Amino acid sequence: MSDTTTPEEQDSALTRLTRDPISRRRFVAAAGGTTAISALLVACGDDDSGSSASSDDMSTTTTEMSRSNDAIAQFGKGDIGILNYALTLEYIEDDFYSDVIESGLFKGDQLALIQTFGKDEAAHVAALTQTVRKLGAKPAPKPKTKFPLDDAQSVLELAATVENLGAAAYLGQAPRIESAAVLAAALAIHAVEGRHAAALNTLTEQSFVPDGAFAKPADAATVLDSVQPFLVG
Amino acid sequence: MSNHLTHESEANMGQHQTATAAQPAAPELAAIEFEPLSRGALIARGALGAAALYGAIAAGPLVRRAFAQMGDGDIEILNFALTLEYLEAAFYERALDEVDLGSETTEFAQTILGDENEHVAALEKTIDSLGGKPVTAPMVEFPFSDEAAFLKLAQTLEDTGVAAYDGAAPAIKSKELLATAGSIVQVEARHAARIRLARNEPPAPNAFDPTLTQQQVLKAVAPFVKS
Repeated sequence: MSDTTTPEEQDSALTRLTRDPISRRRFVAAAGGTTAISALLVACGDDDSGSSASSDDMSTTTTEMSRSNDAIAQFGKGDIGILNYALTLEYIEDDFYSDVIESGLFKGDQLALIQTFGKDEAAHVAALTQTVRKLGAKPAPKPKTKFPLDDAQSVLELAATVENLGAAAYLGQAPRIESAAVLAAALAIHAVEGRHAAALNTLTEQSFVPDGAFAKPADAATVLDSVQPFLVG
Repeated sequence: MSNHLTHESEANMGQHQTATAAQPAAPELAAIEFEPLSRGALIARGALGAAALYGAIAAGPLVRRAFAQMGDGDIEILNFALTLEYLEAAFYERALDEVDLGSETTEFAQTILGDENEHVAALEKTIDSLGGKPVTAPMVEFPFSDEAAFLKLAQTLEDTGVAAYDGAAPAIKSKELLATAGSIVQVEARHAARIRLARNEPPAPNAFDPTLTQQQVLKAVAPFVKS
C-alpha cells in the first residue's frame, strides 16, 4: 500500500499526520497484521481529537442522506456521532441477547450460539465506549429496551432481523467515517454483524445472503425507526 | 460445538455482560484453534507450511508479480481484490465440477460461486472505468478431493477474504469504492459464517474480525497459484 504512494499522496499524508493524531499513515503503521480495535486504541493514544480530513472525496447530498445526517447529529458531530449511534445499536443488541438468555427459551447448541453472539455485542459496547472516551467525548447513554420474547422461533427470527439491520447500519456509515482508525474498527465489527446475520438467517431457513452478492446499506433514520418499537421511556 | 462448551456456557448464564473487549468470543474454541499465535500469524505460518508441502516454495515471485501489475492507489486495491475474487470463483467452480458434494453444500456453494462471479464482474468493470487495467486471472490449483477438505479450505479462503478487504479498505480514497468494498466484505463474512455452520465451527470466532495486509494475503494464497 504505502510502497506505491505518489509524492503528492505522501505530501497530503504528511500534512494529515501533523494535523491529526489518528491519521491514516499512523494508523497503517499500527495496524499491520493485528486487529483493528487494538490498532485503533494504539493509534488513538492519549490524544483527544480524532478525524482526518478527506476533502478529496466526492460528496453526495441527496435528501435521504441529509435526513440520515440529521438522525446521526443527535449523537454528536462527525465520527463521534457515528460511534455513539453504533454504541446505541450495540446496547440494544446486547440487551436483546441478555433478555433472550434469561427467557429460558433456548438450550444446548442454540443457547451456546446466542451466548457467544451476546458476548460479541458486549465486547462491541465496551470497545465503542472506550473509543468515544479516548476521543474526548461522552459515550451515548444506555437506552431502556423491551423485546417480544414469545417463543424460540419468533425470537430467532427477531434476532436475524436485528443482526441484518445492524450489519446494514454499519455499512451505511462506513463511507461517512473520517478517521481511518475508526473506519477499520467499524469494519471489524461490521463483518461480525454480517456473520451473526448469516448464521441466524440459516437457522431460520432464510438466505444467508438476502441482498445477493452486494449487501445493502441502511441509513440512520431508517435504522432508528426500525428499533423504535424496542425502546421504552 | 463441544458439550464442554455448552455446559460451561449454561453454568455462566446471565454473566456474559462481564465479558471484556479483550476476550475472544469463545475462549475455549479460540484456545484450540488460535493460541498462542494470532490469526494473522497462523495464516502466514500455514502458507509457509503449505508452500513447503506442495512444492510451491516460490511464494516470492507471485507476490512481486502481483504487486507489479496492480497499479496505484485505489486501482491497486481493486486489482488486489480482483485477484482474490478470481481465486475464490475458480475454487467454487472446481468444487462444483469435480467433487461429490451433498445437496445442502451444493446449494450454498452455487450461491457463493454466483456471488464471487458478480464480484469479479463488478471489480473488472470498475477498474476499467477508472482507466486501470484489470489483472489477469491466475492459474490455480487447490488441494482437495472430498467435501470435508473442500469445506475446510473454503472456510480459510472466506475468512482470509474478509481479513483482506477489511485490511485494505481504510486505505481506499474514494467513498464510493469504499461503500462497494464494504458491501462485498459483508457478503464474504456471510459466506464464511455459512461455511463455518456447515462444519460445526463457530460462525463468528472473534468479536472483531481480524485484518491482514496485502502481503500477508498474497503469501497465504500463493500455494494455490500455479502461474
